[in-house]
Amino acid sequence: MKPYLREKKSFAFEDIPEDTCFEAGYLVTVNSGWRSRTPQIDNEKCIGCGQCYLYCPDGVIAMDGKTPVIDYDFCKGCGICAKICPKSAIELR
Amino acid sequence: MAITAKNLDKNEYFYGHKACAGCGGSLAVRAALKVLGEKSAAVLPAGCMSAVGFNFPQLCFGNNAIISMFAGTASMLTGVEAGLRRRGIKDFHAVGFAGDGGTADIGIQALSGAIDRGDDIIYICYDNEAYMNTGIQKSGLTPFGARTTTTPAGKNIRGNIRPKKNMFEIAAAHDIPYAATATIGYINDFMEKVDKASRIKGTKYIHVIAPCPTGWGIPVDATVEAAREIVDCGLWYLAEYENGEFKINRDPGEFTDPAEYLKKQGRFKHLTDEDVDVIIKSRDKKWEKIRREWK
Repeated sequence: MKPYLREKKSFAFEDIPEDTCFEAGYLVTVNSGWRSRTPQIDNEKCIGCGQCYLYCPDGVIAMDGKTPVIDYDFCKGCGICAKICPKSAIELR
Repeated sequence: MAITAKNLDKNEYFYGHKACAGCGGSLAVRAALKVLGEKSAAVLPAGCMSAVGFNFPQLCFGNNAIISMFAGTASMLTGVEAGLRRRGIKDFHAVGFAGDGGTADIGIQALSGAIDRGDDIIYICYDNEAYMNTGIQKSGLTPFGARTTTTPAGKNIRGNIRPKKNMFEIAAAHDIPYAATATIGYINDFMEKVDKASRIKGTKYIHVIAPCPTGWGIPVDATVEAAREIVDCGLWYLAEYENGEFKINRDPGEFTDPAEYLKKQGRFKHLTDEDVDVIIKSRDKKWEKIRREWK
């Protein structure tokens, strides 16, 4: 589980809660528009060590068993994953 | 037990936030919450992490989180912990994430009070070495020589003229149950310290170096690298304070050249060789003391 994109994205003034509490993990916009380069994983070179998953500041890399999977909706393209990879299996394109 | 990519909680509790690409602070918050889990109540004062995490209706914390006033991170943690305990909730962690300004300058009396009362809270200071959220002003934890908008580098004064406040030892001087320093460059070490803190009763303080690409003048993919180099060149150290004793976790032995670390960063570009010598001398003095007195 993680915070996910919701269907209701805009709120009229009346919809805004009167107290300061609201549902946790409520996302309405993606971050994919931030990046100019996109990380691509070469699954043949990847050894599944999970370093990219550990060091991603946005947490967009999830490990599916030994395979890293990137959520491109929220990746900002910073390139830390490419630099940290011990096998140079990630390339920014 | 060692924390690895395999046994770490798969859930994300800080996701979809609007921090700059390559932000070190957001990595610290994400990693700590993955260790502490869903039953942690996070308190964030004014600063980058509250600015990027709570933009109604984009709310990026998967656990309970609240913004406190700037000076009151630790006092709000006290209240959160007491309130949850009174309501009969068990196995939770009250955890605070404050920046360096919110810890060493503005929030220091609330933190000192919480340590004095011995409240059962975890206080994590993510240190990016200036007030980055408001546009890079000097804080008490800005190191000597760094250029910020309030300590500009010119002909007469070359950046910050004061050394970095020793916040880790200030917390330890309260005889706190547990204090530690860490860096996001060695994330496993940081997560193990958070895990250790979560098992100790009383106030816990963890000081984690979290480089800021925008304020430090480094590329967005160099954050983790810079957070490693600062330890390898001896300008930061990984240590713990427990049961009244200081312990150094990692002694690099031979340091790498600090000039190399400094010259990569925009905020230190103006430093002369004499300035670098001043930094090296103060580092050697610190390490001499560490090697002599700490275990």
